Amino acid sequence: MTRKGNVKLLQGNEACVEGALYAGAQFFAGYPITPSTEIAEGMSRLMPQIGGKFIQMEDEIGSIAAVIGASNAGCKSMTATSGPGFSLMQENIGYAYMTETPCVIINVQRGGPSTGLPTKIAQSDIMQARWGTHGDYTAVTLAPSSARECFSETVRAFNLSERFRTPVTVFTDEVLGHMREIMTVPEEGELPVFDRIKPDVPHEWYRHFEITPSFVSPMASFGEGYRYNVSGLTHDQDGFPTAVPSEIKDKLDKLRLKIERYLDEIASFRTEMMDDAHVAVISYGTVARASYQAVRMARDRRIKVGAIQPFTIWPLHEVKLREMLGNCRKVIVAELNMGQLVHEIRRVAPRHTEVFALNRYDGEVMTPHQILDKIREVL
Amino acid sequence: MTNTTIHSDVTHHFLRPKKKFPNVWCAGCGNGIVMGALIRAIDKLGLEKDNVAVISGIGCSSRMPVYLDFNTLHTTHGRALAFATGVKMAKPHMKVIVITGDGDALAIGGNHFIHACRRNIDITAILIDNKIYGMTGGQFAPTTPGGSRATTAPYGNYEKQFDVVKLAIGAGASYVARGTVYHSTQLEKLIAGAIAKRGFAIVDAFSNCHTYYGRMNREGDAVAMIQWFKTHAMPIEAARKLPPEKMKDKFVTGLIHETDATEFCDEYQALVDRLAGKEAGR
Ligand SMILES: Cc1ncc(C[n+]2csc(CCOP(=O)(O)OP(=O)(O)O)c2C)c(N)n1
Ligand code: SF4
Repeated sequence: MTRKGNVKLLQGNEACVEGALYAGAQFFAGYPITPSTEIAEGMSRLMPQIGGKFIQMEDEIGSIAAVIGASNAGCKSMTATSGPGFSLMQENIGYAYMTETPCVIINVQRGGPSTGLPTKIAQSDIMQARWGTHGDYTAVTLAPSSARECFSETVRAFNLSERFRTPVTVFTDEVLGHMREIMTVPEEGELPVFDRIKPDVPHEWYRHFEITPSFVSPMASFGEGYRYNVSGLTHDQDGFPTAVPSEIKDKLDKLRLKIERYLDEIASFRTEMMDDAHVAVISYGTVARASYQAVRMARDRRIKVGAIQPFTIWPLHEVKLREMLGNCRKVIVAELNMGQLVHEIRRVAPRHTEVFALNRYDGEVMTPHQILDKIREVL
Repeated sequence: MTNTTIHSDVTHHFLRPKKKFPNVWCAGCGNGIVMGALIRAIDKLGLEKDNVAVISGIGCSSRMPVYLDFNTLHTTHGRALAFATGVKMAKPHMKVIVITGDGDALAIGGNHFIHACRRNIDITAILIDNKIYGMTGGQFAPTTPGGSRATTAPYGNYEKQFDVVKLAIGAGASYVARGTVYHSTQLEKLIAGAIAKRGFAIVDAFSNCHTYYGRMNREGDAVAMIQWFKTHAMPIEAARKLPPEKMKDKFVTGLIHETDATEFCDEYQALVDRLAGKEAGR
């Protein structure tokens, strides 16, 4: 049941803040950067009110470092940034993967490279989300397309990060971050909220990186009597640096398997009119909104086209995606970049499917007409 | 009061004996002496192991937490203080100690260093100051003296140096001390004082890297380098009475600066309480 009081007019950025609080965020560290700043501002106002912690750090490297520190000390933790800041965070994001530290990073995308277009929309960090930090790891990245989804995907990001002990990134964009929409804030209990699994063994048996049958290790926090070691050096199950080949391989396999095994749980899509579609438009974030409209316009013209919107961009659920594509002969991947996710779609699409890229990278939004034109062009 | 039997027990009590020993350090490296002083300081203060977090960056010195039986976080190069800031805010009742090298704290981590000082957050930083990058094989650091050789200063260092003490005082730290690995009992006391201090505390611990700095600058082995600390250190109390020309080739040791300023986490908690009070008063 929704009360009237739960209907709010929220920016995407504000919805991320509300979602984080709903999920139980207790710590935020950040550094101001357009177009993400409203998230830090919201946190600076709300965190002290709920007894949580807010800190404006000296840069984004320090922000993500503080977030990881706080998470190891037991807080659900988050930061928010945009391109230049996300680039600065990369080394420590790798540290979070390696040390299996839950945390949420929101990237409100703007145009790049470099300082690029601080106040204009882009989706050009999609590959950075997957491969931004060095080394082998499996990234989890979610992409909402409305204020309501900014809320729910932020909640889901916290849940997944706690559930799998891994950093999770939420990728929005400048337009989504700043656009105001009416949304109903979910009641307590309406969305699931997951807390990290705590160890139930005596202190001396605890292994912070134990390779369990599920590949996810329970997580004790600093100060709870377990006194473990955390290191970004490749480590054994106790967290101590190792150079033993089998231990190295086990560690890296664990990082991958604890995500890959649970793809069905992590992956999330929305589809529209895909049942009889010959052409599919795949898009995510703000662009997905234009795609739905384009599909409806095309249907009015009796074109059998449908839309697929992955909310989980990384890892992309290949099997599900192939299933959804079904008998589609043609796929259009619409993105606000020079072509990023399209490479992944090309890799996973069935052999009989032709993949077309529709790209815009002039700082403007993708319009339904642009997508409709492309649909007609590929027919 | 020193008693060797008690000392060895204390050492074993606070180490992770079954873990990764022997350690990675060269025989004679000052890092071990600093670790000993830290352990004894913690013991004297009577701290609970569970209530202590030791956090480090990357470098030979930063390997220390791995050996210590506390909550330990071995982080990325230069960032230990930023990680520690998160830990401290999340668990303000914990004692948070950072082990860092001169390159770690002052070059790549310089920004976090001055801001940790400025916030006056209750963290104790022990900076193992060996005037060189040990771990990567002897490149010059922001502390390498002018003229000294390093693998990236083959003709002698032509850069200027940071004075850690002045930097920390200028940036707002509330406890600033310097010790050496020769004066290990003094070091222990300075570290104990730093941990007990509520606010940002830094102990600049002069240490020997005979493997690189010593060899490249013909300063001899570990013993010779540690001897040098003995002959060139001047306690702050004595230094204050000496004319500048007598201090020329000396460096000051001891508790050099101490102030009482409000601490960051306390300020934050006061804000939380104030807001809660407002809420209640509504
Ligand atoms: C981002 C990054 N850059 C460079 C390095 C390589 N590196 C490792 S330790 C180190 C210097 C360590 O020197 P110092 O902090 O003085 O510690 P010491 O080894 O002398 O104890 C460097 C440059 C690194 N690990 N990470
Ligand atoms: S290289 Fe230098 S600093 Fe590193 S362990 Fe050896 S002596 Fe110590």
